[in-house]
Amino acid sequence: MTPQRARELIERALAQVAPEADLTALPPDADFRDLLELDSLDFLSFVETLSDASDYRIEEDDYPALTTVAGGADFLAARAGPG
Amino acid sequence: MTGEPAQFRMPSLGADMESGSVAEWLVHPGDQVRRGDVIAVIDTDKALIEVESFHTGVVDSLLVDAGERVPVGTPLALIAGAAPPSEPRVPTPTAPPARKRPPARAGKKRPQPEPQPEPVAGPPGHPPQPTPPPPITSPIVRHLAEQRGLDLATVHGTGPGGQVTRADVERAESRVKASPLARRIALDLDVDLAAVQGTGRAGAIRADDVRKAAARAGEPREAAAPAEAAPAAPTVQEAAAGEPRLEGRRDAMRQAIARAMARSKREIPHYYLSSTVDMSAALGWLRERNRDLPVSQRLLPAVLLLKAAARAAKEVPQLNGFWIDDAFVSGNAVNLGVAISLKGGGLIAPALLDVADRDLDDLMAALRDLVARSRAGRMRSSEMTEATITVTNLGEQGVEAVHGVIYPPQVALVGFGKILDRPWAVDGLLGVRPVVTVTLAADHRATDGFTGGRFLTTVDRLLNHPEGL
Repeated sequence: MTPQRARELIERALAQVAPEADLTALPPDADFRDLLELDSLDFLSFVETLSDASDYRIEEDDYPALTTVAGGADFLAARAGPG
Repeated sequence: MTGEPAQFRMPSLGADMESGSVAEWLVHPGDQVRRGDVIAVIDTDKALIEVESFHTGVVDSLLVDAGERVPVGTPLALIAGAAPPSEPRVPTPTAPPARKRPPARAGKKRPQPEPQPEPVAGPPGHPPQPTPPPPITSPIVRHLAEQRGLDLATVHGTGPGGQVTRADVERAESRVKASPLARRIALDLDVDLAAVQGTGRAGAIRADDVRKAAARAGEPREAAAPAEAAPAAPTVQEAAAGEPRLEGRRDAMRQAIARAMARSKREIPHYYLSSTVDMSAALGWLRERNRDLPVSQRLLPAVLLLKAAARAAKEVPQLNGFWIDDAFVSGNAVNLGVAISLKGGGLIAPALLDVADRDLDDLMAALRDLVARSRAGRMRSSEMTEATITVTNLGEQGVEAVHGVIYPPQVALVGFGKILDRPWAVDGLLGVRPVVTVTLAADHRATDGFTGGRFLTTVDRLLNHPEGL
């Protein structure tokens, strides 16, 4: 999966849990859990959506890699299959 | 029992609610309803709540139009052929801080007021006053109230059985600043002082203000002047404000929270305890469990914390219930209020029902559902009225410990901080463990620190044996 595609999936998953947020204003290297005020339920929904969309099962151990859009995109691109 | 139709009244959906409006009627005259059916959507200051009927019968008539704001307790509909509820569905404890009539339980024993065909046809600035059964009061107190121009039916009684005491009258008087003459005129002209804009010193209400308000009351709704509402009085200016705007709703929610929390700190002698719990057993267990399950069935640590708090409340029942009329009333089940912060500000604490006896998967699903509905503003009335103890999980926001304010008339609030890695000594060796600070704020009228301590010890024990949760 290209980092570009991974980033799209992440942004789409974030848009689902934080529909009111302006994601274009989200810095790619900022902690989106903080900026979007996601609680653990929101984050779990995000992980669920992203797992489905990328066809890669995100483990709890992977959570620390998924704190910024840029970092998450790199991580997902490296792990997920083509898609 | 047939005969007199039962009244479906504006429920108190939380200690901080004093008035509300019907956002939507889900039934029409002639419809058959059963106890527990959702029959209306009520707009409180905080949210839209689906309200269930307490009665079984046929809808006789709807007394209030959608959109009209009325005080808690106002009859909204008449239900004919209604059997009396076998048990009070809304427990006494949910009566609002400034309840205008005796609590539901006591009210059942008293003669019901005659159903009024048009109880809310009153003009603006003049909230409908369904005539409640008058609280029992001593002649001295009645005299005192009369002297000061106070309507006893609007005074919140704190004496035995909701009886209005001398102190209550004095407190009620100080709530709205008004001259004695203004009060007497207000009583004569049936004007709610809370809705009158005072022009005297420090906003005090003068006789002239009351007369003007009474005159305005005859004019159409739009003409109602904005009025300063006293903290503990129905906010009439909101009724006159027309369509609730987002900004207005946020202000209203702030006001509602302010009233409940001020009441809590005014009335409840809080004591605080805290304890740090090693979470390595709980998190280890959770990790193993989640690894083998689909992502959609993962459990969050929050669910273990909620379950542990509920189980502990079941084991230490002195903390699970309400303080009403100078006595503790124990809750029937552990209905856990969960403080949920709303996106864009505000706080709401709906209840997860019967948490102590539900399994973790069920609880996780219920929590997801409750948070989603809270944020969408669709709760049910039972969720808003039946919490017996509340949990706040501010750890989500990164704080280490929260010393909470009890949500009256409950007697305890449990706080969980963030789960953090900390140095931790076990068997003389220092290691790093995930730990959480659990706090308890409890009502010292209902319990002593010893009982509170037992609660925290129980939470610790349960979290150290997560497989039993």
